[in-house]
This record gives sequence, C-alpha cells and structure tokens, in this order.
Amino acid sequence: MLAAIRRGLRRGSLPEDQAAMLRGRLASHPRHLIPARSRLPHAEQVALFVTNVEKEFGSVARVPDLDAVPEAVATYLAAQNLPTDIVMAPHPELQAIPWATRPLLRLREGRAEASDMVSLQHAFAGIAETGTLMLPSAPQRPTTLNLLADTEIVLLRASRLVGAYEEAWDRLRAELGAMPRNVMLVTGPSRSADIEQTLELGAHGPRRLHVVLVEDAARR
Amino acid sequence: MHLPTSSAFKENAHHALADAGLQKALARSGPSFIARRTAAVAALPEFEQLRDIARDIKNHTLAHLDFYLEEWEAKVLASGGHVHWCATADQARDAVLEICRSVNARTVTKGKSMISEELGINDHLERHGITPVETDLGEYIIQLRHELPSHIIAPAFHLNKEDWEDSFRKSHTDLPPDRVFRERRDLLTEARTRLRQKFLAADVGITGANFLIAETGSSVIVTNEGNGDLTQTLPRVHIVLASIEKMVPTIEDCTSLLRVLARSATGQDFSVYTTFSTGARRPGDLDGPDEYHVVLVDNGRSAMLGTEFQEMLRCIRCAACMNHCPVYGVVGGHAYGWVYPGPMGSVLTPSLIGVAQAGHLPNASTFCGKCESVCPVKIPLPKLMRHWREREFERHLTPPVVRTNLALWGFFARRPALYRLATRAAAWTLGLLGRKRGRFHKLPFASGWTAGRDLPAPEGDTFFARYAREQRAGRIR
Repeated sequence: MLAAIRRGLRRGSLPEDQAAMLRGRLASHPRHLIPARSRLPHAEQVALFVTNVEKEFGSVARVPDLDAVPEAVATYLAAQNLPTDIVMAPHPELQAIPWATRPLLRLREGRAEASDMVSLQHAFAGIAETGTLMLPSAPQRPTTLNLLADTEIVLLRASRLVGAYEEAWDRLRAELGAMPRNVMLVTGPSRSADIEQTLELGAHGPRRLHVVLVEDAARR
Repeated sequence: MHLPTSSAFKENAHHALADAGLQKALARSGPSFIARRTAAVAALPEFEQLRDIARDIKNHTLAHLDFYLEEWEAKVLASGGHVHWCATADQARDAVLEICRSVNARTVTKGKSMISEELGINDHLERHGITPVETDLGEYIIQLRHELPSHIIAPAFHLNKEDWEDSFRKSHTDLPPDRVFRERRDLLTEARTRLRQKFLAADVGITGANFLIAETGSSVIVTNEGNGDLTQTLPRVHIVLASIEKMVPTIEDCTSLLRVLARSATGQDFSVYTTFSTGARRPGDLDGPDEYHVVLVDNGRSAMLGTEFQEMLRCIRCAACMNHCPVYGVVGGHAYGWVYPGPMGSVLTPSLIGVAQAGHLPNASTFCGKCESVCPVKIPLPKLMRHWREREFERHLTPPVVRTNLALWGFFARRPALYRLATRAAAWTLGLLGRKRGRFHKLPFASGWTAGRDLPAPEGDTFFARYAREQRAGRIR
C-alpha cells in the first residue's frame, strides 16, 4: 500500500531531511488560527462556557466551593424528580467532598452499569469556545460514566476552564504525558435527528447533562 | 450485498420524482439543513479562513501520506493496538471476520461508518454466522429495511415517521402490535431500549473513523447519539474501519478540521461526542476494550493520488455538498445507486467502481457551483465532475447520439461566423413560427425538453446580434 501511495506521489520514501522536518512538525504540533470568540478574560470565559452548555441543552449550577457540591447535587436531583443513588468516579477530588452533609445521597464508586440512573463524573477541563467538557479515561475517570446513566452530572472546577480546545490539549499533554486510552469531548446531552431530521434528546447516551461548576478560579 | 445501480441513474431518478413519500421527506428536510449551516457559519467570523486552513492541512497530509501512515502505525503499536493494512475490499472484509472469529464473536455492534457500507461488512459477517447490529438510529432502521443509506450523515433522510412506525411494528414483534407512537420520542425510546440490550451483549464493536492522528496513533469519531462510544467501550474488542485519507498529522490539525466539520454538516458548533481512542484498556482502567484494531483500507484511494482526482481525498464527509445540491434535493440519495450520493459521490463513485458503471453521476449536475462554495475543504467538485465527463468521452462511453450532436455543435462552435449565422437563422425561424403563442408545446429533436415543459419561443434575434447592436448604439461598452 505504501508503494502504491508513493507511486501516486511520484517519489520514493521521503528523503531524511524532509522526514526530519515533518517529525519536527509532529513534535511541535503548531496551532492554527484560534477563533476570537474565546479570547476573553477568565470570568468572561466562564460565562461563555455556561451560555454554550445551556445552548446545547445542558444545565449548569455554579457553587462557591467543594463543600457546596452535595447540596447542589441533591437540589438538582430533587428538582428533576430523580433517584438519589449515584455512581461516582473514584477520583480523589470527588472523594474529598463532604458527602456526609447530605446523607440521603447514596454513592457507589466505580464504573457505570446499565441499571445506573445517575452518574457523577470528574472533568479534566472545560472549553468555553463551545461549552465542551474534556473527559479523559483513567482508573479514576471511567468512560462508562459518560454513557450508560440516564443523567450525567459532571464536576468542573472553574480553574480548569480554558478558552479554546488547544489550551485543553496542552494541559492534557503537560499533566498526563501520553494520550489516555479514550478522551471524550462532550457538548450537551445525547441526541438524534435521524427521525425526520427533527432533534430529540436522549438517543443512546445520557438524556440530561448537568455541570456543577466550582468557582475556585479566584483562589488560583 | 448491495450491487451498484448507478448505471441506471436516469431510471432511478424518474422513480424518485414519482415517489410521493420521498418527495415529502426531501421537501421537509432539505431547507432545514441549509438554514442550520448558514446560521452556524454566520456565528463564526473566521469560518472562511478556517476553510483555507482545513484545505491546506489535508493537502499537506496527502503530499506526505506514506510518512504519516508509518508514524501513525508506530504510535498505534506502541499504545497496544493492532493495524491491518488492507489494499482491497476483500482483504478488509476478511480482516474484520478474522478478528471477530479470533474471539468467537456471535454479535457485533456497529457505529455509523460509510466505509463499512462501501465494503459491505454486514453481509460478509452474516454469511459467516455473525450478527451485525447497526446502532446509529438512522442506520438501525436502514438495516431493518434492508436498504442503503440515502445520505452520508442522515442515513434515513428519505423516510417519514409512518415508515419508522411501520418498520418497528414489523421488526419488534415481541411488543404489543397495537402500541401507539404518539410522537417521534416514542420511536426513539423503543429503539434505545432495544439497542441497549444489544450493546451489552455484543462481543465486538465496529466503528468508523473521522480522523486518524499520526502524532498520537489515535482514531477519532464524531457522533451525537453516543452509540459510537457505547459500541467501542462495552465489548471486549474494538475494530476501527478507516480509509487511508482519514489521516491528519497532529491533534491541532484535527481540532482545526473539527471546527469546520460539524458546522458544515448539521450546523452545530461542535458534535455532542467527539472521541479520541488510543489503544486498548490500560492497567487499572475499569472499562474499555481489551483489544484495539484498526483495519486500514485503501480500496482505490492510492490510485487517485497524483491524478486530477487527488483533491477528492480531502473530503471529510460532512454532506454539505449534497445538502445544497439542487439535483440531490429532488432525486434524493438512492437514485445515485451506490454508497456515496450527491456531488461528492458523483466524483468519488466513478473513482471507486469505475466510470463505465457510474458515468451518469458526473453528468447529473447543473454545475451551479453551490457544492464547491460550501465545501469545508474547498474541493472543486464541478471541475472534478467535468474531468469525469472528459474521461467518459475519451473512452467512448458516451452514447452515440450525444457524441454525434456534440461533434456537430463542436463543428459550429469552432467557426464563430458560421455559428452566429446558424443560430441567427434558427432564432429567426423559431421566432417567426412561435410568434403567435410565444412558446412551443412540441418541437422536433427537442422532446427531451418539451416532454416536461414548453419551450419559450425566441424573440427573433440572438444574444450576440443584440449585444453587437447595443454596443454600436453606445448603450453598452
């Protein structure tokens, strides 16, 4: 196949100097044009993120710190008339939350099963440009939490919110090194327009996507 | 196996025009696609610049495709994945079957993939006792109805709600036959419940790929339903079907292409799930497949490199060209007779199955140029269709009547004085004959026109003559 490609391109394999140049491009992975819409002060990026999540049929609750998360989760579940059994990502940041303040929330740590109604996931980053969550897989962040539950709740710290995708990828490279097995960029709840090209929410993934945004940016 | 019927495009188009259900679907859905794209593009001032960037990234990659494929393969292997190089459709089908057999697979779930349609993977698996289950909602109903998709991102574009109800009643026979589908949501819920069981039971998941990334050895899928993610996360084995031109060098290159993909396709700023997969389950992971295979397919693409059709390999399968095509808009996707409809199909199909079979397709164009003007990677689709027409003519595949008339027209066109004299005589004669009614109901040698509508009578003069007269009078310069 490579020979057929080279025949088409009318050359042999690349000369070493050219190959070295391309390897340099791969290593430096230069950015292209980044749209101006996300080039904002951080507080405005947070606002843009919220606007975009809501535009894509997700919802956002802004809380001052991690201590306020149990209350926010309980309030959301009650408002949606949802059960209080939650499957939670075994992530240290989620484990450190004082869940005991809301004893009615029953948490199980691990991956999601088909019977789970509500999942709680941990976001690696948020991207203001389109209201997108970056959810790389890890033992502490199982992928099934993004897929099997009817309702996915995602904890995002505002200090983890960036403007453009490229900034999130740079953080991922810097903090995780190698590419994780799976990186999901999630923008709103699951949907399909396959029936008469008319949008319906809740195709195969979560019917609801709720972001609990912890406003820790000021303390950064 | 769906054999191509592209050679019967004219008959297919006639049937399509008389198909009331299809016409209803086309009239409903066509305009909404255009409006959504227009709104998304208007909301991003940099969109035009991003189209240039997208084109340049693809051109750069194609010029160094061998290099990037090798770099990518090394990364896939380093992350614990496998690569199966398949020059032909046969090799690709066998590679998929072999992987399925190696784990004694009985059922296979599938994410939406056009290359899978091109290869006819489902039929191949079925013939060998393995049950494939399409999980994209549109692909699911297409599979129930034993049809081909009629659109590359909206497979069930041609169906109406009645068709869905009918197919679900016929196929889901374990459910009460008198159940009521009040709204579209009821159909969606029934499919969701049914497919959830399939996801959990499947041994292998097959997805396509929107991109392959050389920098990381990743494959990328873009979906709105989440079916592709369930397909590649729950079973023990994940197979990615990808053709060679899906390659991009880096995550940044991929990101730039993603900025134009969803906007061009559905008019979304970004799809709901954009997922990067790299290798198999890692130590400590609680979920994910144990094996990750990429079946890398050529199937005619490398033969397009270095030809006038190389530019077609930039295509990122957004469907904007067909959404904006006046021909697709009235005949729908099935008339094109194979996997890829619309303008992109009119260029790609002759490359893949031969111009002898698919010669009608590049002729089924008004050359209005809308497809090129909305293409996110700026493929000059009308120009490429014209190249196919030339090749068809060179190979004497054009019908004799057309050749004779083209030769006759060519004779006059090369002799301007004679051409003007002849057209002037014709315009004068026809003008005189049609003076009374102003139009012709019937005309010798023009039944192709007059069978469907009247031909307006010329006003007795040609454009050339009038232009010259106006110029002499100083009214135009």
